[in-house]
Amino acid sequence: MSAQPKLKKVFDRPQCLKDVPYHYCPGCHHGVIHRLLAEQIDNFGLRGKTLGAASVGCSVLIYDYFDVDIVEAPHGRAAAVATGLKRARPDSFVFTYQGDGDLAAIGTAEIVHAANRGENITVVFVNNAVFGMTGGQMAPTTLEGQVTTTSPYGRSAAEAGLPIRVTEMLSTLEGTAYAARVAVDNIKNLKKAKAALKRAVTYQQKGWGFSFVEFLSSCPTNWKMTPEEANARVGKEMADYFPLGVYKDVRAN
Amino acid sequence: MARRVMIKGNEAIAMGAIEAGCRYYFGYPITPQNDIPEYMSAAMPKVGGAFVQAESEVAAINMLLGAAATGARVMTSSSSPGISLKQEGISYLAGSQIPGVIVNMSRSGPGLGGIHPSQGDYFQATRGGGHGDYRTLVLAPSTAQENYDLTMDAFDLADKYRNPVMVLGDALIGQIKEPVELKPYRKKPKPKDWALTGAEGREARLLKSLFLADGELTVHNWMLAKKYKRMQKEVRYEFYRAEDAKMMLVAFGSVGRILKTSVDILRDKGKKVGLLRPITLYPFPDKAIQEAAAKSKLLAVMELNTGQMVEDVKLAAECACPVEFYGRPPGSIPTPDELAKEAMKIWRKGGLK
Amino acid sequence: MSKVEVVSERCKGCGLCVLACPKKNLSLGDEYNAQGYAYVKFSSDGKCTGCSFCAELCPDMALRVYKQEKK
Repeated sequence: MSAQPKLKKVFDRPQCLKDVPYHYCPGCHHGVIHRLLAEQIDNFGLRGKTLGAASVGCSVLIYDYFDVDIVEAPHGRAAAVATGLKRARPDSFVFTYQGDGDLAAIGTAEIVHAANRGENITVVFVNNAVFGMTGGQMAPTTLEGQVTTTSPYGRSAAEAGLPIRVTEMLSTLEGTAYAARVAVDNIKNLKKAKAALKRAVTYQQKGWGFSFVEFLSSCPTNWKMTPEEANARVGKEMADYFPLGVYKDVRAN
Repeated sequence: MARRVMIKGNEAIAMGAIEAGCRYYFGYPITPQNDIPEYMSAAMPKVGGAFVQAESEVAAINMLLGAAATGARVMTSSSSPGISLKQEGISYLAGSQIPGVIVNMSRSGPGLGGIHPSQGDYFQATRGGGHGDYRTLVLAPSTAQENYDLTMDAFDLADKYRNPVMVLGDALIGQIKEPVELKPYRKKPKPKDWALTGAEGREARLLKSLFLADGELTVHNWMLAKKYKRMQKEVRYEFYRAEDAKMMLVAFGSVGRILKTSVDILRDKGKKVGLLRPITLYPFPDKAIQEAAAKSKLLAVMELNTGQMVEDVKLAAECACPVEFYGRPPGSIPTPDELAKEAMKIWRKGGLK
Repeated sequence: MSKVEVVSERCKGCGLCVLACPKKNLSLGDEYNAQGYAYVKFSSDGKCTGCSFCAELCPDMALRVYKQEKK
């Protein structure tokens, strides 16, 4: 007589994420991206030495979710704040979590120079091609033709230029040690995203320099799409213009 | 015995900061304060700290915010146009209650202005300067020695109140070279139970200025207001030959320094003139002004601008005696004789004998 | 049998898990939670492999996965 086979819990929430509901809209990818970062903090056993710089945008409330020490940076300044954190406490694990309005518009100077200095920090960049928190205005990453509340006729390349490919731009800098663009729209991409984050954390832990992971993310509310449609747009339109992949990995063998 | 050295005002600031335990400096070049970042760039690595030349004033103040959030003693310095750019960060420091020392070796404005000494940033310094209802504690040195001493105090005050503290000088105060006694810093800073050090074995800490919940921000602002009220006890000022003064000159920083000689000139001529020099501009020495207004027949405010501190003097004097003003917009540094002459014009206009 | 547990109060009914499940074991339900979302339902008929794709792609960590250990 065989014993009843046991059930093993194979998926649970990471320890360093508080057990509270997110404020994010249904289908928004922030939740998954938070979890993936939290998993790495757990995996590397970094909860007790993590210092986070929260940014301004939908993810400003990151400190409601991450059970780690966090300081709130002014809009766009997270990379500068993280520079201060890391210089003062070089043994800490320092991360920023920034959206595309924050990092690629008002914070362009800060991110470019933090990368160029090779600050030994990890930047998680969430690109959903729109200013989410403020109600869906055009971002530097808004796709050509995309209708937003401030590009009601669609983004015009003649007037607003074309979207900035931040990962490619930062990859040109000598100080950037690791840069990747990932997505979490399907399980295959999610696995690559996990690997990229793990690599980025490894870079900082080994003192190898500036690590950067861009996530293409959906924003069903401001894209005025269902979660399913928005998720599909990430893999198609978004990934067409912003190709996924590892752009820089200076320690790759 | 403390070492005595011949140094520039700006160097005195840097040396005072290091003596008080400042180990992180973030800045951006701007005249007339470049001696400070230059000194710090050489000194910080030697004392086990870090110097970063930031990409902008905005980045520099935010680097300060990050480093200071860990509990470290941190400084940035700049001059007027750069301080305008730093206002964003100063507002966040105040809102998040993160201490830090900001030096403004002010120059002339508005706009790019010039590099002459000026006191045109008085309003900006004493009214908070950035957005929101907050105050920074403002210290106004008038000698290289005070640069050294007050910078040390600035770190203590910043930590005590968890608030940004500004040291407000000008091109004259930064560039002047004079002897400074390098007094040792003997205080033991208290541990900071709010600092971000990693949440090992404790609850996670959070430093923020966003308060969205119903009523939360009202509570936060009242708490800050009470703190600014507590700061009032830090008020500092200096009376010079004031005991029997019929006319009390009121001036801070470089003008306060020059006026001491003007007072001597006038006293030699038998005129009973004294000087009240505010050392803290926020908190403002209201009581000392009231005392002077009660004792003298006339207050004469002199500034290197077209009239800023004079408003605070009038508010404090509460019409107890007339308040006159002589202003000098940036362009040249007034001599003691020139200011003595201007003082005499006010003296005569006031019918004093 | 492997299974997925739905933390119904956390589910926002976005349906991304429904797309993710290779075995079509998840579906949007018609019952609403306190947040006002129609949360997903799990029914497997023994087809669930415990692959966790659903939970990995759930933005709200509303799913827990239990895998049957091999005998």
